This record gives sequence, structure tokens and C-alpha cells, in this order.
Amino acid sequence: MSTDIERQWTSRIRHSVVDKLPPDKLLPDTQPAYVASWIYVFGVTTMAALGVIILTGIILALDGPQWWHSSTLGHFVNSMHLWSVEIFFFAMVVHLWGKFSMAAWRGGRSLTWVTGAVTFMASILAGFTGYVSQTNFDSQWIATQAKDGINSTGGGAFFNVLNLGQMLMLHIVLLPIAAVALTGIHVVMVRMKGVVPPFEDATTEVSA
Amino acid sequence: MAQGWGLGALINLDHYGHYIHWGVIQVSVGNFIVMVLMVASFLAALFAPFPGRRNRKGAK
Repeated sequence: MSTDIERQWTSRIRHSVVDKLPPDKLLPDTQPAYVASWIYVFGVTTMAALGVIILTGIILALDGPQWWHSSTLGHFVNSMHLWSVEIFFFAMVVHLWGKFSMAAWRGGRSLTWVTGAVTFMASILAGFTGYVSQTNFDSQWIATQAKDGINSTGGGAFFNVLNLGQMLMLHIVLLPIAAVALTGIHVVMVRMKGVVPPFEDATTEVSA
Repeated sequence: MAQGWGLGALINLDHYGHYIHWGVIQVSVGNFIVMVLMVASFLAALFAPFPGRRNRKGAK
């Protein structure tokens, strides 16, 4: 009877998940000594900024363009959204430089690196669609300039920067889902494989 | 434009942008400052001492 239960897909998935990511690896109490460095702070700064982006984005979506253009509180939340994006990209680029300088794809961490790179690209698209969704002269200027570049690649048939509805839906639905999901996968992979050690400590590491 | 008291920009940004021209490279002063700050943050993160590093008994 127990073997039948063990063979169920729910049991197999649970065992597989717990084997690959036991709870003490998912939420560890300690980190290796080399993690006590400022260079490891920029990843979590990026995630904190992403949290503020999502929160302010939800408020902007609830109240709409007229509110964020005309009210003092709307200006403030709109500015919070912009400046958290600035911090997000600032921290993410320093995080990228830090991980590149450590060759953070070592020790079976190539997918962690790739999910980070794809998250970066999705974030650039999210940032761009945000700029063209402001519903002001700035967004009109950016969209009319960008359309020529995108049309020259043939991409304009699928990605029309003058189509506000398409840009807004991409910005507030699809790209945030992609950015948050990819960030989640990225963090889970960091937990599974552990933080990449410095080069001098890597010789003792067993590649997973 | 309506301005909330005390919430206005510390630096007056209500003017045309300033640009740096260096051969074929053209960059706005604002973007250049951000780039310099990113490089400075990266170098500081590599070399600045992390508080409490020597006393981390829990670290493996």
C-alpha cells in the first residue's frame, strides 16, 4: 500500500523537490564567511527595489493616469515608481558586474547566470514599455522615435510602440509576471546551488 | 505645474539637458553621473570593509 502511495505523482514530486531544495537550504540560518562583503548586497537591493516597483505600480494601476498626472499624491507615487526603477537598474548592473567578475556561472551555476541575464532583458523591456506608457509628451516622443528603430528590424508588426493599449498591457501584466517569476526562479537556483565561492575557495567545492 | 511644498527637486531640472561630447560619444550629464556612481559603488563594494565580518561566528 505504501509503495503505491510512494509511486503517486504527488509523492514523487514532493520527494524530488525536498531532495533538491531541503528547507534548511531554502531558508538558511547562516551563509559562508565570504558572503560578508558589500558586493553581495546588490542582489537583495535589486529585489527590494522590485518590491517597491510592484507596490507603487499596483497603486498607479488602481488610480489611473489622470490621478498620477494631476494630484500631488499621484505625482509622489509616480515618482516613487520611477526612482525605484532607477535603483533597481543601478543595483542590478552592479550585481551583474560583481557576478561577472566572480565568474558566477562556475560550479554548475550556468542556469542561475542565464536566468539572471534573461531577467535583465525582460526588465529592459518592462522599463521601455513603462516609458511609452506614461501618457505624456515624453512617452509620445520616445514612442515616435523608437518606432523607426523597431520597424527597421521587422519587429514593428508584433511590437507596435505607438499602440498604447499593447504597451500598457505588456508593462502592467505580462512583463511584471515574467520579471517576478524569473527573479523567483533565479533566487531558488541560488538557494539550490549556493552562493558562488571566491576563486581561492572554489577548489574545495563539489560541482553539483 | 503644481508643486507640493518641500517635495520639489533639490536641483532645478526645469531646463534643457546638458550633454558631454567626446568624439562620437554623446552622453547626458545625468546619465554620466549615474555611470560614475555605479562604477564607484562597484569599487567601494569590492574594497570597503563589511561591518562585523570578523565577528561572524555563525558563518560557516
